[in-house]
Amino acid sequence: MQPRRGTNASAPSFPYGGRAISDARSRSGLIVRMRRLGGGSAPSLTAVLKIAREHVDAMIAHAREDHPDEACGVIVGPEGSDVPTRLVRMINADRSPTFFRFEPQEQFGLYKQMSAAGEEIVIVYHSHTATEAYPSRTDVSLASEPQAHYVIVSTAESGASAGPVSVRSFRILDGAVTEEEIDVTE
Amino acid sequence: MSVEVRIPTILRTFTGGQKAVHGNGATLQEVLDDIDVRNPGLKDRIVEAERLRRFVNVYVNDEDVRFSGGLKAPTADGDIVVVLPAVAGG
Repeated sequence: MQPRRGTNASAPSFPYGGRAISDARSRSGLIVRMRRLGGGSAPSLTAVLKIAREHVDAMIAHAREDHPDEACGVIVGPEGSDVPTRLVRMINADRSPTFFRFEPQEQFGLYKQMSAAGEEIVIVYHSHTATEAYPSRTDVSLASEPQAHYVIVSTAESGASAGPVSVRSFRILDGAVTEEEIDVTE
Repeated sequence: MSVEVRIPTILRTFTGGQKAVHGNGATLQEVLDDIDVRNPGLKDRIVEAERLRRFVNVYVNDEDVRFSGGLKAPTADGDIVVVLPAVAGG
């Protein structure tokens, strides 16, 4: 398990520690910083999120549009597949820079769609607009989709304008946070 | 006949993995009391201090019970109750 990284919201850039960060230019021309763990001789993580580049781009675009409020949504896929296929933007009922909550009626509509189609939530994503892309205490205490990958997009560095963003993925189970590698497919 | 209660993934540890359980009762409260007899601990994850938990949404036949009486929302044979944890964070 990854040690909990210190929160360092006031620092001018993210506390990436000594880990290698790969900068990849996404299709939309944004610089995406995705933490790649387990490279070189370091012990590799078994957990990996495989995700299409168009979905990464769509999450980032959503986060930038809603900045400085938190954006939120899901990518659903066939039940039990762990394959994210369909991105659905959700309304942040709180419209807040520090909190998000799916609008309950919209979430129920999503539930009914997924039930009818044999789908489930594969990814829950949301943005952090002033802090790093790491689960907050609130994120951990309210996490209630044990099958899901929790993806966080941080717009803290560049806000709504063009510039680097950070995208990281986690499992959150019973209060324990485990970061996982993101494998972006074209 | 009875009321069907759809259980979210995170609470299926209380139902032996079942996606839905059945209970009897004329109100949501009675149905939850009834299913808790066979699935001990389940009700506590939905109800706190005799009220619905803040981050749990419950629907009876597509109606959010926060607008139809909360735990006193009426239920009848054949009704479907959906329990959905709110997706939320900070």
